[in-house]
Amino acid sequence: MNTRLILAFRQAFSQIRRNLAMSFASLFSITAIMIVLGVFFILIVNVNNIAESVKQDFDTIQLYLDADVTEEQAEDLMDDIKGMDNVETVTYLDKNDAMERWKKKWGDNANLLDRLKTNPLPNSIIIQVLRLEDANSVYNATKDMTGVEDVSYYQDTVEKLVTITDAIQVGAIVIIVFMIIISIVVVSNTIKLTVIARGKEIMIMKYIGATNWFVRAPFLLEGVLIGIVSALISGGLITYLYDFIVKNYGVDIALLVSTGLVPEMFLVKNLFIIFIALGTSIGACGSVISMRRFLDN
Amino acid sequence: MIEYKNVTKLYGDKVGIKDVSIQIDDGEFVFLVGPSGAGKSTFVKLLLRIINADAGTILYNGYDVTDLDNVHIPKHRRSMGIIFQDFSLLPKKTVYENIAFAMEIIQKPHRMMKEQITRVLELVGLTGEEKKYPHELSIGEQQRVAIARAIVNNPSILIADEPTGNLDPVTGWEIMKILDKINKRGTTVIMVTHSQEIVNAMDNRVVAIEDGLIVRDEERGNYRPEDDSNDNNAEGGIFSL
Repeated sequence: MNTRLILAFRQAFSQIRRNLAMSFASLFSITAIMIVLGVFFILIVNVNNIAESVKQDFDTIQLYLDADVTEEQAEDLMDDIKGMDNVETVTYLDKNDAMERWKKKWGDNANLLDRLKTNPLPNSIIIQVLRLEDANSVYNATKDMTGVEDVSYYQDTVEKLVTITDAIQVGAIVIIVFMIIISIVVVSNTIKLTVIARGKEIMIMKYIGATNWFVRAPFLLEGVLIGIVSALISGGLITYLYDFIVKNYGVDIALLVSTGLVPEMFLVKNLFIIFIALGTSIGACGSVISMRRFLDN
Repeated sequence: MIEYKNVTKLYGDKVGIKDVSIQIDDGEFVFLVGPSGAGKSTFVKLLLRIINADAGTILYNGYDVTDLDNVHIPKHRRSMGIIFQDFSLLPKKTVYENIAFAMEIIQKPHRMMKEQITRVLELVGLTGEEKKYPHELSIGEQQRVAIARAIVNNPSILIADEPTGNLDPVTGWEIMKILDKINKRGTTVIMVTHSQEIVNAMDNRVVAIEDGLIVRDEERGNYRPEDDSNDNNAEGGIFSL
């Protein structure tokens, strides 16, 4: 087994050396595609991150209670709501506390509120939902409850946010799948050239009694090696690029969207894992596809 | 022993071989003759299971070759050696490496290689040429390397596709002597050829194929004008890509 593996590695390296120009062409193509993939990956992760943080501002539903609802009745209501699916927390907001919040929000202009003779704000129940996508069901279940006068819920905003983040995710997956297919075609074509150049050798191997896997192994390793090297190069370049953006523009972006960029270490570590897995698979698939015709008999 | 029983192979409407039945005993030396496109290539490729028959059976060493699973084909081929018309040596490998290549494929341990390669090189008269590359050898020497590679794994059958087709008569005879020597050691030899002089002089069994049929099978046969082919060397042999 070891001898076979050593032999396959030796042949893979010698194939890469013999077809240096094509190996480089393949390496550059995959690296370029992976860089684009990496940029997309970083964009998606950050857009998701921003979307999630924006969602947090909208994942609450506030039930305004009728003035005659007592605290005990409110507690009963809260118990009912706690029993519902998709509800994370339920808190009671007394109208006086609500006024204090308003005053804090208004800051320097809070004295305007002091002029009010009575507190016009109602008591309310604040529901935090587990998943923003399910906020609608909670809204529908609570809006007609006895004692509930009105409901504050940013339905349109929530729906738009959900639609946008879903669209970004689907779009990203489509683009990524498309690019992976392109990479596989590029690798398989490159390896096909090597296979054609070595057609006679492969034929001799097959006729002498080599198994398909024996013939395939060096080509498979060639594809995998090209894939891994491309992954390391593109991963390195993307890391450098992201590091540069975080260091130079990270603060500006954080101020602009009120959310910081996804931490570099987390992103880079995942990116490298994804790239190496992807590079290996692209290389392996590409070489297996390119060899199919030659291993028919 | 090889036994074809009513074997037919068609390529669409074209006949490869049709209802062929023949028996070749262990240790025989058989010349396969006939014009181009007659079915010699199909006959040999069926035995190697490069292609499979549409009808009939090919019995070999107790099993039916036409019935082999893909998994078992490599093992089946390992019991046969092939000599290609164009030698098919790998130009970037030395004589030693070219022969070792055949052993690596069937995963023979490296320690066995040197001894066996020395033995076959001695048999084909190329002792001491191990480190040379094919282009440093004469055409006849290259064919001997090809023979050495074909027999290094001790096959029970040697299939030679026009082994003298590219050689001058003197070198051709040297090759024939080597093949005869290998046959005398017990290896069955099936040789596809268009060489009248060789067939007539060797006085071996001759099987003539024409239009997919065995038209002649003689214990000690001769080459006849109808066995001739106009373009026998132009195709690069029956194993050409």
